[in-house]
Amino acid sequence: MNILVLMRMVPDVVEELEIAPDGKGLDTEYLRMIVNESDDHALEQALILKERRGGKVTVLALDAPDVDDVLFSAVAKGADRVLKIEGGDGGLTTRAAAGVFAKVIDSQSDLKSVDVVLTGVQAIDDLDALVAPILSRRLGLPYLGIVTKVTLDESGKAVTAVREFSAGVRGEFEVPLPAVLGIQAAEKPPRYVPVAKVRAAMKSHKIESVGAPTTADAGLPLIEVMRMRKPEVSSHAQMLDGAPEEISKKLAGIFTERGLL
Amino acid sequence: MSGKIWVVAEQWRGKLSEITFESLALGREVADGLGVPLQAVLLGHNVKNLAGALGLADSVIYIDHPALAEPDAGSQADALAQLVRQHKPHALLVPLTNVSLGIGTLLAEQVGAPVVNFCKDLRVVDGRLEADCVLYGGKIEATVTAKGDPAVIGLSPGSRPPDKGRSEKKPPVEEVAVTLPDQPVIKLKAYLEPDAGDVDITQQDVLVAVGRGIQSKENLALAEELAGALGGALCGSRPVIDQGWLPLSRQVGKSGVSVKPRLYLALGISGAPEHIEGMKDAPLIVAVNSDPQAPIFNVAHYGIVADAMDMIPTLKETVQALRG
Repeated sequence: MNILVLMRMVPDVVEELEIAPDGKGLDTEYLRMIVNESDDHALEQALILKERRGGKVTVLALDAPDVDDVLFSAVAKGADRVLKIEGGDGGLTTRAAAGVFAKVIDSQSDLKSVDVVLTGVQAIDDLDALVAPILSRRLGLPYLGIVTKVTLDESGKAVTAVREFSAGVRGEFEVPLPAVLGIQAAEKPPRYVPVAKVRAAMKSHKIESVGAPTTADAGLPLIEVMRMRKPEVSSHAQMLDGAPEEISKKLAGIFTERGLL
Repeated sequence: MSGKIWVVAEQWRGKLSEITFESLALGREVADGLGVPLQAVLLGHNVKNLAGALGLADSVIYIDHPALAEPDAGSQADALAQLVRQHKPHALLVPLTNVSLGIGTLLAEQVGAPVVNFCKDLRVVDGRLEADCVLYGGKIEATVTAKGDPAVIGLSPGSRPPDKGRSEKKPPVEEVAVTLPDQPVIKLKAYLEPDAGDVDITQQDVLVAVGRGIQSKENLALAEELAGALGGALCGSRPVIDQGWLPLSRQVGKSGVSVKPRLYLALGISGAPEHIEGMKDAPLIVAVNSDPQAPIFNVAHYGIVADAMDMIPTLKETVQALRG
């Protein structure tokens, strides 16, 4: 089974985010980038599929700071081939990024002929689109999102995918291949890979470079960010300070007052 | 500007979702602000009876097709695209729930429309729509405007109280035909109902909720002891469930359940919108998180900036001592 995984880097929200001076975007100077979490799950699901029924896992990523580490780590985990789209405009919106992915896939026959495209169902910066639905429309393939399990059918021509609904209810779907799946979570948590294996991957593998499509996405429907702000954190909560013992006593007092103890 | 405001009504397994009423309440405000009609669009198969509850809209378009019997984003987007081309609404409010996710982007790509996702509020300023959107896991809010019609607004749950979207009025319902394949390309084989689990977390007075900040599976035992001391149960946010540390039946939030215990003690939970959606209505929320900027403090009543693992043992002992 030939599997293509699309990965994007997003700001690490564990770090403090700063707004750019124009007030319309993030200040990228000190931004730490990490891989979109559900893209990491998409990779894991791809590796699980390969382990079960054989095949090849190709990872395609947009260039961004630290993306090389993510790609070498993908190799160390078991990906066969890693590619990076270079030379494009950084700071693409999700819709533009999805367009770049679609054009690159469309222009390379070995990418276009894969059995399934897996990518994260959503990212924290998906303000103007989700990647998987855009891609499915551009490539003319069916789309299923919020997927948490993928199994290749006996025939090899379809997968059975489990997707989440709400209240813990899930649905089992038959998806004919080729298809685009938006992965919410892999069947198992993304595997850990030791640094030594990543270093070995850096020596044994090369990241293939793909040029970003030059033709701008003319007529891309646009949105305009008028302003960005950080929500007033703790304007709502009453903050309790002190040593753990002191705070515990305060909390116990609140719980008692409310008849909870 | 004459285009209508459309609310895409979400129905699933024969019932209208709460977000449908939230969208109607918000849609009513902006339609009135723009001086245009509010129209609800209901898609499904043999569910015309549900249209009667959408009376806050001035009218309802109902599309009945076997391919719309189950939520298939592709079929729903196809149907909506046909309607949009014909009726040219100014904006559509499409739910960003686990039932409807993907429909908005698919539709927008099909008709060449802009999308505004993660919208939590919408208003009319100088005759145009401005959306407030929650980004970066709740750490940033952006005010956004769409350039071009129709704007596809991906609406997150919680924008308005659902009760504001209910009405006794019976709206006029127009049934419109669309052309779709008899069956979606992607076929639903079966629904998988959740395992009942050992504990029903929706029925607990006290919930101790753990997130990524709990760091390891081993630390879960301590949190469980604290829950026991408080006479409650343990639940978790998405990362903890994805790690396999707690079963799906204990997940609070978008894919899991919504809870409203008398006390919700959130330990090491950052408060991504998907989680907040499931617990924001609890009357007493206490949050412990090492990040002072964690969005969980926006919904908590009491906040403590600390490592959850530093608080748990002490709080457990204090509570146990009080209970004797």
